[in-house]
Amino acid sequence: MFENRYRLRPAPPFRVPVGGGVLIVVVDSATPAVTAALASVDDTGVELLAASVTVDARAHGELLAPAVTSVLAKGGATPKDLDAVVAGLGPGPFTGLRVGLVTAAALADSLNIPAYGVCSLDALGWAAGPGRVLVATDARRKEIYWAVYEDGVRLTDPAVGKPADVLLSYGAGPLSAGADPRPEPHAARLLDGTRAAVGDGAHRYADILGLPVLDEPRYPPAAGFAALAADRVRDRMPTEPLTPLYLRRPDAVLPGERKPALR
Amino acid sequence: MTDQPTARDEPLVLGIETSCDETGIGIVRGHTLLADAIASSVDEHARFGGVVPEVASRAHLEAVVPTMHRALADAGVALSDVDAIAVTAGPGLAGALLVGVAAAKGYALAAEKPIYGVNHLAAHVAVDTLEHGALPEPAIALLVSGGHSSLLLVEDLARKVTPLGSTIDDAAGEAFDKVARLLGLPFPGGPPIDRAARAGDPSAIPFPRGLSAARDLAAHRYDFSFSGLKTAVARWVEARERAGEPVPVENVAASFQEAVCDVLTAKAVDACRAHGVGTLVIGGGVAANSRIRTLAEERCAKHGITVRVPRPKLCTDNGAMVAALGSHLVAAGVTPSKLDLPADSAMPLTTVNV
Repeated sequence: MFENRYRLRPAPPFRVPVGGGVLIVVVDSATPAVTAALASVDDTGVELLAASVTVDARAHGELLAPAVTSVLAKGGATPKDLDAVVAGLGPGPFTGLRVGLVTAAALADSLNIPAYGVCSLDALGWAAGPGRVLVATDARRKEIYWAVYEDGVRLTDPAVGKPADVLLSYGAGPLSAGADPRPEPHAARLLDGTRAAVGDGAHRYADILGLPVLDEPRYPPAAGFAALAADRVRDRMPTEPLTPLYLRRPDAVLPGERKPALR
Repeated sequence: MTDQPTARDEPLVLGIETSCDETGIGIVRGHTLLADAIASSVDEHARFGGVVPEVASRAHLEAVVPTMHRALADAGVALSDVDAIAVTAGPGLAGALLVGVAAAKGYALAAEKPIYGVNHLAAHVAVDTLEHGALPEPAIALLVSGGHSSLLLVEDLARKVTPLGSTIDDAAGEAFDKVARLLGLPFPGGPPIDRAARAGDPSAIPFPRGLSAARDLAAHRYDFSFSGLKTAVARWVEARERAGEPVPVENVAASFQEAVCDVLTAKAVDACRAHGVGTLVIGGGVAANSRIRTLAEERCAKHGITVRVPRPKLCTDNGAMVAALGSHLVAAGVTPSKLDLPADSAMPLTTVNV
């Protein structure tokens, strides 16, 4: 199960680093947006130096590596200048998600620099603004990946389900220490305060979710990943295994009885 | 390092293979094998009776980095030493291929190395150069595995490979898996059938030879069909069971294996003779079968054809074969692929590299 291994903070203002900042590359392929970015992290903040976002659900494998090359070039950096890799862990459609994670893992391994994972929904939640917000991305099969955030901080575990069931599921996630374990009051409390929904899943199922949908952020923003990993980058924390948040088991059917070949 | 051969003569190439259930990373220098690291997810698929694509893809993601470390350590080289990175770009399972292709791109762009997206089947041909040196051209290649059964005319391994025929239904390896299951033998079916067949009589049961009758040969001279054979075995076994008689597993295995190997080698020899080719290369997992080797050698010897079959570990999917083809392409001066190269699950056999 997913563990919240780091504390989330509301979006800090971006500042131009005074110098001595370290360079990170961000990659995320958990949604139809194929995202790569070059950012500088120093003690005062995070600066996005170059970003590439292309929305194409079917070409993650083609688009991501050239996007990384392109943001490096735009930022005047070479791969050897990088100090860390930050990757979106999903949840997201598996095949596309793996492109980002294996790219990040290969970059970090090749350059012998640490890799840090950030839940892709968290990048949306970070950018969704103040108050309580439902973050939803498209999980295909008429389902969404979702979580609830308050002031950019995630309140529930990332989950996958039908949009109509999200409201029921609200009660199941851990709200906070000492939360009321009974589903209904818990769900009611979350629902009461939710002011809006964000993400492409929210757009797609706006009518079912019944929440106002914000135009932006629609896809996990590169700045969110950089900001949410910044502490680990600054503290030079050990590299992390980039374990994808699949949230679904593989489709696989055990073979049944042998079908007769004779009639 | 002055006595080292130049990169152009003997390129040091790293190859990545993830088209099915093996995560393979191999390193070669010219025709010399330096590393052949493999992580297999075969045990995870066994209970499903076949490879589950999503399970394979998940396993590839976990295995790529550790397998890379093993390969580099085994070869005693650093990634910065290699002249190029080659990767299987197709054909194969789409999701599985994509893990290897994306990994190769990540390593290539970080290490600033050229990348070659190559054809899995051409790599099965190229791997033989690690065992027997440069391939005489033209050659006929017979590639048989769980996913493929093809006859190719190889005029130039770097640039001109022409498909002559392939299976019109099941791959040969698939038939081995299905018949093994029928006989209560484990997955993958090739090795246990090979073992059981050694104690059996290959002429005990006259199983059909697909697409070998005169009327079929007219339209499908170099094509294969194993679906009918599999059904014939199932019917034969079931008739025995219904009659309450024991199933002679060894004889069924031997007779089935003989039917497969008979057709494969007969058509391969026919292709060699029709094209005036003196070399037959056999590759793919089924090439590890002991009977196909023996039968091919017997039949080719009669017609003065040289048979080249790499050792079993190189016949099954691995990264060394991809590295071998990559090294051949570098030496032949072929232009590298672009970083936006796609994984193509249905890559045509005529495409050696993308």
